[in-house]
Parts: sequence; C-alpha cells; structure tokens
Amino acid sequence: MLSPALLFTIILIIVVFLISLVVAMYSTYGERKVAAFMQDRLGPNRAGPFGILQPMADGVKMFMKEEIIPQDSNKWLFILGPSIAMLTACMASAVIPWGKGLTIDGQFYSLQITDVNIGILYIFGVVSIGVYGIMIGGWASNNKYSLLGALRASSQMISYEIAMGLSIIALVMMTGTLSVREITEQQAGGHWNALYQPLGFLIFLICAFAETNRTPFDLPECETELVGGYHTEYSSMKLGFYLFAEYINMFISSAVISTLYFGGYNMPFIERFVSDPNLVSIIGTLFFFGKIFFFIFFFMWIRWTIPRFRYDQLMNLGWKVLLPLSILNIFLTGIVMWLMGKVN
Amino acid sequence: MQSLTNRSKVVVKKEMTWMEKIYLPAILGGLKITLKHFFRKKVTINYPEEKRDIAAVYRGLHVLKRDENGAERCTACGLCAVACPAEAITMIAAERKGGEEKLYREEKYASTYEINMLRCIFCGLCEEACPKEAIFLTDQLVPTFRDRADFIYGKDKLVEPKDAPVDISKRQTAEVKEFKTHKQYTHNKL
Repeated sequence: MLSPALLFTIILIIVVFLISLVVAMYSTYGERKVAAFMQDRLGPNRAGPFGILQPMADGVKMFMKEEIIPQDSNKWLFILGPSIAMLTACMASAVIPWGKGLTIDGQFYSLQITDVNIGILYIFGVVSIGVYGIMIGGWASNNKYSLLGALRASSQMISYEIAMGLSIIALVMMTGTLSVREITEQQAGGHWNALYQPLGFLIFLICAFAETNRTPFDLPECETELVGGYHTEYSSMKLGFYLFAEYINMFISSAVISTLYFGGYNMPFIERFVSDPNLVSIIGTLFFFGKIFFFIFFFMWIRWTIPRFRYDQLMNLGWKVLLPLSILNIFLTGIVMWLMGKVN
Repeated sequence: MQSLTNRSKVVVKKEMTWMEKIYLPAILGGLKITLKHFFRKKVTINYPEEKRDIAAVYRGLHVLKRDENGAERCTACGLCAVACPAEAITMIAAERKGGEEKLYREEKYASTYEINMLRCIFCGLCEEACPKEAIFLTDQLVPTFRDRADFIYGKDKLVEPKDAPVDISKRQTAEVKEFKTHKQYTHNKL
C-alpha cells in the first residue's frame, strides 16, 4: 500500500501533466484566436461552439498525417529530437509551487511536486536541455535550412541564457534562497519581486521570449527565411511535438515568471475574507493560473505586435545590451542591499 | 514633386535618440494599437449563416431562359462559347424534329449545353454575346462540391424550370434590350 503522501504526489504529477497538456492544447487555439482578433478577424469558430473543439481536430489531423523520415537523415536522432523537446518541456513543471497546500484528514500536502532547494537551477538546467531537442532535430534532418535553424537556436539560447541567469542572480541575492517555494513565500502580501527588481524582471522577460523561441526572437523557425527552420523536414506528430513543446514551454515560462516576480500563488488580502486554509490555497492557485494565463496572452500579444529581430540585432541585444545590463543590475542590487544594511 | 496622397512622409535617416534606441516606448505603443484592434468589431462575415448584400445586377450562376410559351430560347449558335474568355462553355447542336415545337423555339437547339463553373469567371460576356436573350447570369451563387465533376453544370441544372421562371428583369432592363438591338455599336458586333 502506498503511503498517502506518495499517493498524493503521484496524483499531483498526473494532474500537473494533464493540465500542462490541456493548457498547451488550448494555447494553440488561444494563439489563433488572439491572432485573429488582433487582425480584426474571428479565428476558428467552426468546430464546436466558438471553435473550442479545434485543438482536437488539429490533434487528429496531426496523427493522421503521413509520417516521413528523410532517407539521408540520422533516424535515431531524428526521432530523439522532438522527444527531448517534449520531455524537457514537461519536466520543468516539477518544481513550480502550484499552490500553498491542502490539509486532508489533518495532514498537510504541498501543492508542489518536489521542493528541491535548488529549484531555480533545476528549471534552468531542464530548459537548457530543451535546446538539444532543437539542435539534434535540426542536425539529424540533413537539410541546410534545418541546420541553420538549429545553429541559430543554439547560439540564441546560449546568448540569452547568460543574461537570464545573471538577472536571476540579483533575485537570488535579494531573496537569499534558490528554492522556488521560499521565493514565493517571501512575496506574500503583495511584495512582488517585480516591484523590487524591475530591471531584472525586464531582462528575465526578454530572455524568456528568447528561450521559448517566440517572436520577436523566433529566428530558429523563421518561416520567411528558413522555410520552417529546424522542423522543416518534420511531419505528422513529430512536428506536432515540436510545436506542442513550444506551447508547453510558454506555459512553464509564464508560470516561472509569475512565481519568481509576481508572487506566485500568493493573493493579497485573501485571508481577510476567507478563513478556511484549504479554500485560501485553492483560490490562490486559481489566482496563480490567472497570472499564468495573462502571461500566455502577453506572449501572444507580443507575437502579433512586434516583427522579428534581424540576426545581428539579436546578437547585439543579447551580448551588448542585456548582458551588461544584468551585470549592472547585480551591482545595483548589491549596493542597495548594502545601503539598507542587509549585508555585513 | 507633388505627392499623390497627403499621407506620404519624407524618410529622414537620422540617428535614433536614446529613448528610441531602447525600443520600449515604441513597443508599448504597438501593444496599445494591437489591443485596440483586439476589441474592435470584426469584419468577418460568417458565410453560410450570414450573407453579404449583393448588387441587384450581381453576376452569379447562369440560367438558360425559356420563352413565354415555355420553349428553350437557345439555338446553339455558339456565340457564348466564342465570347467566353475562360472557355468554360461547350455545347452540341441538334436539329429540332417535328412535334418538338413546344420544346425548342427554333429549328436548331442545344442537345447538350455545359458550363464548367470552375473555369467560369462570371464576367457576363456570354450574356452580352447571346443574340437570342437565352443565357443570363442570376444573383445565385454556385455552391461548393467535393468533386470536380459536380461543377460541370449541364442543361438539367441550367435551364430554368417550366413552373418556376427565374427573374432576370434586373439584368435585362429595357435599356439593355434596346442597346443590344443596335448592331452598329462595337459591343454588339460579331
């Protein structure tokens, strides 16, 4: 017999996994709707009421499509590429605290799959592996467009991960912990880190766009220059996995941004109106998801507003602007902390 | 140089100011514009449920008219097929037999008459070319099919039913009819 704690964790893993998939599925629908609305169109509205069955139709279509593996490709790596992309996209959700926790039969269950004390490093590590999915897939395709897309993806990831990591260092200096849950708890009562780290937040946000390959940093795909970029040769559900992984990444990035900079599941003033801790926790989780959905919308909003960067501009921005700025941010954070007497 | 519209702007290649270089104000401006469009009324027309108002003299699906006695007006002269820029019309002529006077107005008629609706560009030149006032375009739209063969309309679909004449008075006004009788106009020359 499984212990209740283990059982709860297993259920939580399955639920989080399903939620990520459903959110990613409906992000594709949301993306199309947002795109349409911003272009004064209606978007998909034929499959079911308001077109809400459109993602299912797309999924069925993806599965029914002919699967082609190019003859000169490296077959194992060709299959490995989308698998890694999908796997890493799903893995990052493990350390995100989805809520405070539930008390059932007097026992407290945390709404976080695992609270490793290096949660932020874990997220970074997993997200960095994600680029291997793109690199391996692009290289294994044996196609110059794919290869160019993969090269761009890897250099872009490397350039932006540094700035992203440095912007996080300032946050870690301030909070003094690497555990995602502790960072969330410190923001209770509306002390959102975004208010204390506006520059760091901005850098992190820009890098998050680059990490998820979203416009204006979608150079790895870059339809106008590289056909489809790294997934030019992909078809059927392997292509679906790449596209799907991007949406899961978007969901996870939104969750990470809300957790690190916007207080996560903390809802200010909720304790004044609701006394039941379980209810507080559930409302907090819903509030957290509200923030996540806002950021997913923000990702789409940006995509349908800003054109793509040129490659040299991308590199300029990454190395000559964001990197110095994030280092400056670390210094500023240190100086302010020293002035406030938080360091000795 | 005088500009065609008063909206043209002279492009100035100047160094960007610091505010412009950080892009953020421009990005926020862009976000404002897209958000405004997000809540704007949509221009899409949900076609099968909603239909756009079409002009009274709209050029849609063809009809082959009958005369006042119910006989087909078409004599298979082939002028419509010659006039057709898309080469969508084909026909086979046949001679009227005794006892068929009720069916066909003149001694010659079209035993088959086909219009390929995938080729047709609905220009209405067939209608202009017709000396017998037999073919007209109506305000009906050609429906969609899943088979290319279904788009080839034969006489069964084109000839108007005897009991339900198709109204073409909008396209065949007295002026149009009058105009067509003047053979000296280049329009009406063969």
